[in-house]
Amino acid sequence: MSDLIRQTAAELAAKIAAREVSSVEVTQAHLDRITAVDPAVHAFLHVDAEGALAAARKVDEDIAQGHVASPLAGVPLALKDVLTTQDMPTTCGSKMLEGWVPPYDATVTRRLREAGVIILGKTNMDEFAMGSSTENSAYGPTRNPWDLDRIPGGSGGGSSAALAAFEAPLAIGTDTGGSIRQPGAVTGTVGVKPTYGGVSRYGLVAFSSSLDQAGPCARTVLDAALLHEVIAGHDPLDSTSIDQPVPAVVAAARAGAAGDLSGVKVGVVREFRGEGYQPGVVAAFDTAVDQLRKLGAEVVEVSCPSFTLALPAYYLIAPSECSSNLARFDAMRYGLRVGEGDAALSAEQVMSLTREAGFGPEVKRRVILGTYALSAGYYDAYYGSAQKVRTLISRDFAAAYEQVDVLVAPTTPTTAFPIGERVGDPMQMYLADLCTIPSNLAGNAAMSVPCGLSEEDGLPVGFQIMAPALADDRMYRVAAAYEVARDAAAGGALIHRVPELEASAR
Amino acid sequence: MTAVAELMDYDEVLERFDPVLGLEVHVELNTNTKMFCGCANVFGGEPNTNVCPTCLGMPGALPVVNGTAVESAIRIGLALNCEIAQWCRFARKNYFYPDMPKNFQTSQYDEPIAFNGHLDVLLDDGEVFRVDIERAHMEEDTGKSLHVGGATGRIHGAEHSLLDYNRAGVPLIEIVTKPLVGTGARAPEVARAYVSALRDLLRALGVSDVRMDQGSLRCDANVSLMPKGTEVFGTRTETKNVNSLRSVERAVRYEMTRHAAVLAGGGTIRQETRHFDESTGSTSSGRAKETAEDYRYFPEPDLVPIAPAREWVEQLAATLPELPWQRRQRIQAEWNLTDLELRDLVNADALDIVAATVDAGAPPAEARSWWVSYLSQKANATGTELTALPITPAQVAKVIALVAEGSLTNKLAREVVDGVLAGEGEPEQVVEQRGLKVVSDDSALLAAIDEALAAQPDVAEKIRGGKVAAAGAIVGAVMKATKGQADAKRVRELIISRCES
Repeated sequence: MSDLIRQTAAELAAKIAAREVSSVEVTQAHLDRITAVDPAVHAFLHVDAEGALAAARKVDEDIAQGHVASPLAGVPLALKDVLTTQDMPTTCGSKMLEGWVPPYDATVTRRLREAGVIILGKTNMDEFAMGSSTENSAYGPTRNPWDLDRIPGGSGGGSSAALAAFEAPLAIGTDTGGSIRQPGAVTGTVGVKPTYGGVSRYGLVAFSSSLDQAGPCARTVLDAALLHEVIAGHDPLDSTSIDQPVPAVVAAARAGAAGDLSGVKVGVVREFRGEGYQPGVVAAFDTAVDQLRKLGAEVVEVSCPSFTLALPAYYLIAPSECSSNLARFDAMRYGLRVGEGDAALSAEQVMSLTREAGFGPEVKRRVILGTYALSAGYYDAYYGSAQKVRTLISRDFAAAYEQVDVLVAPTTPTTAFPIGERVGDPMQMYLADLCTIPSNLAGNAAMSVPCGLSEEDGLPVGFQIMAPALADDRMYRVAAAYEVARDAAAGGALIHRVPELEASAR
Repeated sequence: MTAVAELMDYDEVLERFDPVLGLEVHVELNTNTKMFCGCANVFGGEPNTNVCPTCLGMPGALPVVNGTAVESAIRIGLALNCEIAQWCRFARKNYFYPDMPKNFQTSQYDEPIAFNGHLDVLLDDGEVFRVDIERAHMEEDTGKSLHVGGATGRIHGAEHSLLDYNRAGVPLIEIVTKPLVGTGARAPEVARAYVSALRDLLRALGVSDVRMDQGSLRCDANVSLMPKGTEVFGTRTETKNVNSLRSVERAVRYEMTRHAAVLAGGGTIRQETRHFDESTGSTSSGRAKETAEDYRYFPEPDLVPIAPAREWVEQLAATLPELPWQRRQRIQAEWNLTDLELRDLVNADALDIVAATVDAGAPPAEARSWWVSYLSQKANATGTELTALPITPAQVAKVIALVAEGSLTNKLAREVVDGVLAGEGEPEQVVEQRGLKVVSDDSALLAAIDEALAAQPDVAEKIRGGKVAAAGAIVGAVMKATKGQADAKRVRELIISRCES
């Protein structure tokens, strides 16, 4: 295994900028790694070797001219296939958009290119970001590099698996109910959902507009922070984008790495433990909380009673919005068209046949749920009530942040489950996002950092840190401090304990 | 085709029923760009050229509200005496149709930007009818479908359809009246007068082209009847595709007579949309609305709420232009018109064009006379609207000026106007080409007079003897000789002076 693929993005960027190594060499090393392991992992839906190398050559030329585009210039990245790219297909893991090449770049895509970040390809995901295991992809599941028979989380399983498999040092995910953090947790990687509105949604194919948020995925907290600053910031093309300076997350991550959390008040969410939580997850979580204490943080228990209502509220709001967002897939302007050329079919019949053939079962389930929840006579009872719960959850957060600086909880109640285990039981599947959903409903910042391996199965556990809206820097500081302490205690970075994939590749 | 509907005599309708109207007017704003994206907002254009990811509903694309459209909406609301919302939102109206790119329309639902207003409408006899306005809200237009094949031009029965998304996302304001009761026999007239007044208002605000023929102003007329003596509204129909002021009036009248016949025959009115046919003046059945369509409205999560600052609203209110009713009052005073004269001008839809003629330099009385009499006759004779005649206010003003300076007689002036209407160019060109200039060269006239006097020596003798009245015969001869281009009064003067000398 090439040494280049094991390095952090920060290390690679420094070497590329110093011309110790070229971006082309780094990019080629990752492309080689993808060729070697992706048949087993299936993190990517599309790899653009030519485009990536061309972009890398450009960065190398610029650096030779003395121009370094950003602190991540020349570093490769895996982009979730839900963000539009002019030069690559954007399928959202759906048959509906098979082969669709968008006429425009998402703002996130554009910012990455402008920063000299090398986009290797597009990563696998649950169809239209609906799922917690990447099993809902129309193009087959992604496998977890820690155990190829297990799920890599979802919906952004491809992005997180690519990091854990050393196919890319950086990735972009999107988080509607946990789709960055939960895959991060089960693959032993870092995943950040920025404050809602912190990163532009322009070009992010919408699942649930009021919840969707793109964010950075990486193997270290500092790498995530560097990527966060590249993609974040106000975008006039997204009305919900926040017109305020980006929180100084890189500075916070560097400050945190000094290992001192004195003066920081941490709240442990009481509601997120007990029945349904794997003992190894709870143990790893408690160990992490102890480590925060040792770093000087004051730890208290905080109750957020409304959080128990978050899951049902989410499964009314997200499907409602998705039923409307996905209405545009009607075979008229782009994507799949069933019944082309059959003069006997009306436009309505073509729409209907296309949607029948193009959407998978989970997408249909949510479109039907949402259509029902928004219907006349049911709106108040379902969508209306769910919005009220949303308000209650925001109030719980606000009350908690009066007492503490950040909140912590397990990212997900269990470690990675076996592929196929929950496919037939949507409720079990939905429970994977139990602890992550409140932050989406309230719009505040949240992230997952690895906190060791579970005793029972030796699989990674995620530690979730939540911060108030626009205080993303707080959680980076805590996460960076914790990361240093964790690696010191374990005698090395957790991610390097992932099995050698060449050996297990089939 | 369905059988011809039974209709009740209009007078009998009014003996037995009271009509209730509800008018929904859609106005396309004339902003530079569309409602939620930067595409040009222009009528026509090669199909699918003024489009982008947002107005095509591409995956991932997002809307951004057009600030000028919001400003126009507020100005319209203020001009309609509405309250302006402190805080309002867009909503999604969900339904599938191929010309709607997202399969939801971004509109306003229970939180319109303007509400609770009124518009005072001047009827033909000078009576004022107050139309209460329920709301004015912002939304986006759909694309256009062209259904090819099939008899009706509608989607049903078509072989295939072509879609043009240039219009998709064009800013619309929908203005909805409260139910209008108490109009009685004048319901059709009130409907027409309301749309006319609204059109004038919007034109004065400069927010829309208000071209009913191009669809930038569209009216849906809701009509129902309730038996005399009751106060419970009957089932309504919504007639669409009403593309002129006259059609608004005809459509309402037709639906009243049709409803009455159905109800009198013991039948029930089906709640439905109906299409108005300009050629027959009748309506035909469209989409059934028996089960109220469920649009599953919910607040648009891609847009943030709009909270117009009060100072801004006050500033817009203070800077509204002169509104049509204010203008009518001013013009009446300035032109010294009686109520009747003003009403005739308004009813002939001639106020604007006369004012434009006055602005071009013509005295109000002459300008009014030309448009209301001679040009109105021309318009009626050719079945066109007065404003659609191929002559401009400036051209009419020029003709009036030529008469005033003595270059044209009134009779010649009418010929010049005919020439302009026939496309022969500017008034001066018509004068030149048709050789219509008044002959004012006395030497030319004197030659003709001397010739006429020589030809009729007995008449000449009478004039010289003091019988001035006899000059008429010589005037006639001179006019004949000059093909009517001489000023008869001047000819007469010259004859008399010639005989005295």
